[in-house]
Amino acid sequence: MKNRLHKWRLLSLFAMIALILSGCGKPFLSTLTPAGEVAQTQFDLMVLSTAIMVLVILVVTVMFIYVIFRFRRKKGDENKIPKQVEGSHKLEIIWTVIPILLLIVLTVPTVSYTFALADVSPMEKKDKDGKTKDALVINVRANLYWWEFEYPDEGVITSQDLVVPTDQRVYFNLKASDVKHSFWIPAVGGKMDTNTDGENQFFLEFDGESAEKVKNQFYGKCAELCGPSHALMDFKVETKSPEEFDQWISDMKSAKAPKAEDGLAKQGEEVFNKSCIGCHAITPNDSRPEQARRAPNLSNFGERSKIAGVMDHSEEDLKNWLEDPEKYKPGNKMTGTYGDLSSEQLDALTAYLMDLKVENK
Amino acid sequence: MSTYAQKKGIGATIWDYLTTVDHKKIAILYLIAGGLFFVVGGLEAMFIRIQLAVPNNDFVSAGLFNEIITMHGTTMIFLAAMPLLFGFMNAVMPLQIGARDVAFPFLNSLGFWLFFFGGVFLNLSWFLGGAPDAGWTSYASLSLASPGHGVDFYVLGLQISGAGTLIGGINFLVTIINMRAPGMTYMRMPLFTWSTFVASALILFAFPPLTVGLFLMLFDRMFGANFFDAAAGGNTIIWEHLFWIFGHPEVYILILPAFGIFSEIFATFSRKRLFGYSSMVFATVLIGFLGFMVWAHHMFTVGLGPIANAIFAVATMAIAVPTGIKIFNWLMTMWGGSIRFTTPMLYAVAFIPSFVAGGVTGIMNAVAPADYQFHDSYFVVAHFHYVIVGGVVLGLLAGAHFYWPKMFGTMLNEFLGKITFWLFLIGFHLTFFIQHFLGLMGMPRRVFTFMEGQGLETGNLVSSIGAFFMAAAIIILLINVVITSVKNEKVGNDPWGDGRTLEWAIPSPPPFYNFKQLPLVRGLDPYWLEKMEGKKGMMPAEPIGDIHMPNNSFIPFVLSMGMFIAAFGAMYQVDDKPWAIPVLILGLLIVFGSMFIRSIKDDHGFHIHKEDLLDEDDKEVKA
Repeated sequence: MKNRLHKWRLLSLFAMIALILSGCGKPFLSTLTPAGEVAQTQFDLMVLSTAIMVLVILVVTVMFIYVIFRFRRKKGDENKIPKQVEGSHKLEIIWTVIPILLLIVLTVPTVSYTFALADVSPMEKKDKDGKTKDALVINVRANLYWWEFEYPDEGVITSQDLVVPTDQRVYFNLKASDVKHSFWIPAVGGKMDTNTDGENQFFLEFDGESAEKVKNQFYGKCAELCGPSHALMDFKVETKSPEEFDQWISDMKSAKAPKAEDGLAKQGEEVFNKSCIGCHAITPNDSRPEQARRAPNLSNFGERSKIAGVMDHSEEDLKNWLEDPEKYKPGNKMTGTYGDLSSEQLDALTAYLMDLKVENK
Repeated sequence: MSTYAQKKGIGATIWDYLTTVDHKKIAILYLIAGGLFFVVGGLEAMFIRIQLAVPNNDFVSAGLFNEIITMHGTTMIFLAAMPLLFGFMNAVMPLQIGARDVAFPFLNSLGFWLFFFGGVFLNLSWFLGGAPDAGWTSYASLSLASPGHGVDFYVLGLQISGAGTLIGGINFLVTIINMRAPGMTYMRMPLFTWSTFVASALILFAFPPLTVGLFLMLFDRMFGANFFDAAAGGNTIIWEHLFWIFGHPEVYILILPAFGIFSEIFATFSRKRLFGYSSMVFATVLIGFLGFMVWAHHMFTVGLGPIANAIFAVATMAIAVPTGIKIFNWLMTMWGGSIRFTTPMLYAVAFIPSFVAGGVTGIMNAVAPADYQFHDSYFVVAHFHYVIVGGVVLGLLAGAHFYWPKMFGTMLNEFLGKITFWLFLIGFHLTFFIQHFLGLMGMPRRVFTFMEGQGLETGNLVSSIGAFFMAAAIIILLINVVITSVKNEKVGNDPWGDGRTLEWAIPSPPPFYNFKQLPLVRGLDPYWLEKMEGKKGMMPAEPIGDIHMPNNSFIPFVLSMGMFIAAFGAMYQVDDKPWAIPVLILGLLIVFGSMFIRSIKDDHGFHIHKEDLLDEDDKEVKA
């Protein structure tokens, strides 16, 4: 058994090293490839705490291995009675004080970064018109199973694909409109809950260089159990350089309600106006109150990277989705709200939706 | 053999167990019921791992998956781990303090039957329209939105079984305070008794917040209240606080008794007195106390603000200190000892690195800013399984092998026991170690599937393979139990040979009155002290005399069943079923009727006469 135990420990050590070498997950998703100030801070804290903890584990392991090999009951010792030791004040003080010292090393950065990461004071500074002076603010509203992103100072609303500028702090207001969700972009920073009562605030920073490595797209997830399709409540983050971002915002601001021109899209528009427009808006400057915004804003649907957050952005998948959303996202709120669509209607609607674009490229 | 253990028909045996108030038989009931729920929770775990073995799997549907994870967590915590620990507490603690039973034998039985009926009620949800699906934490906004009766089953089932747990905890407290044998001072109590004491105190303070939370939710869901409905002025965060004010101490309610079991095992199989006994006691009490100060570390991402987060982060880290003291004391108990690697000792030895791994990730989680990444990811799943499986479940398995001979009078097979151990240990690390990395790679917890191309495939497959090792281990354990029970080779008082505490000074299984004469305790590890002085058994503290024993009673069973019936009425009145209110009233009538009968009927118990006890002495001498 001695050898087996030994081998097992070696094996797990190798497994651990192999894991570390085999990579740290995908850079668009993993917390181990931090892409921004917040994730970097958190990563550094992870490394610091892991280092301290590995130290502790090493000490325990060395003692542990020594003890279980050295003090095995050997043949011939069956009747030996070891000395009955009560304890040792000296030793006990040592292993009380050393952990306290180690914890202090960990406590100081913990407390200081807890406050640093909660600093959202730039959100408070407003100008005469009530707009935030020097910070970009995005309102995130989580819904059963989709995300709405509102740029309140610009009067722009979009959904599912979050568009952000790189290399600056972006401030978020977070809330949920039905049940609790949690907003998480692992590669860029930790999560924060979107509650049904009250708004939460935090900031993230998207590093330009890291963003380039992942083709300007990070993955976001819902991190709080919210119902059957919790696992499918993904969103995408599209990063743009500050100039491109300003361009995008101005495109979004000036976008008009689209006019379908060719025949198929025209038919699609009719279907849309009959079945979909009650919930889905198609302009970024949706002035309705949020209770009325019951489904994702589709103004730039044609430019998005996924359908419903998880399906490929292709005509085929769009038709599949429109035909039976329940199959792809169980428990969603769209199922059964618009009746059956014939295959002609599906083709037309698909053509129309794929044409919804705002960027002047 | 005792004259009281005559051959009985199966019906008489069942009736005996339905009405028993004997702590040793109630322990066996806890073991059977807890074991049954452990298997159910284990099957649910296997379904989870099968579903997540490959990306985009459709082994179970999204909604069903949420029911499975909810029931896995709820079952394992409330219906498997706690009752199994209660089983060992019942079986061993009164013997360790030299008592003839617990303080309130009737309540002991009531506690068990409430737990049992609550657990059965909760699990009936599978057959009556679907299980709860809002997670074992049942966060308010989701649980109020959950359709059907699933969450109602959760609320009512836990309310009933929680009452049973509370009763059990109070009973143990009173027992330890009042019923210690002469000479058994607090600072001579074995560590398992101490941890039972502290865990019971935690139950006393932690279960009321849960009860309150469950009542609020019960009224919200079944009687139209709005405590947690934000739209109507309620607040969902209150549920989170109430739940975790209970939920965090609950973790210590589970782990402390496991610490106690391990402390006994380390001392026994190292043939050494527990190193630093008084600091171990101090650490146990301190962990219990700090356990109430840290609940909000489960809520770092809720948005409580940096001040609350910082305070709770530091408080949480403080728990590492007493836990560290314990780890080093166990190592030093083995140091210089004469270690025998029996199955229980293997579990105890393996527990140290496993639990340390779970403990250090706990400290990592306490680093609030880093926890924003860990929280609700698979990192946390890995962390709490390292603590609960690597701590509590290893403790339960160790305890099962260690105390089996004392409870049943026969030893579990050591060879099969060691196979179980190795399979379980390998499976456990294979399943959960890699989940740390899955979490760091961005996998949220409680997801019913994951997509290809996100780097999560290998880790999930490895994890699922590990789960099968654990399942195999448990199957071998069950085979072991069957083989052992069939063979039924009887063992003596001290089958491990190195017993230190009072329970090893009396026959296995003990006679129903435990101690013919209460023992005189002369120090820590009283039985060991006597053995070292060349004596065979304990010195009696009293002459042989009549022993007063309680009568069996069917009332706890009936009373608990009344609650069970009332729960159905409460639940279905939501649907305006005409029979629901009458059923509710009928159930409550049974409950109050049982209480009434218990109150007015004089039940003085009976006496075992001195002469009968002396007769037995003669027999023992002959045998």
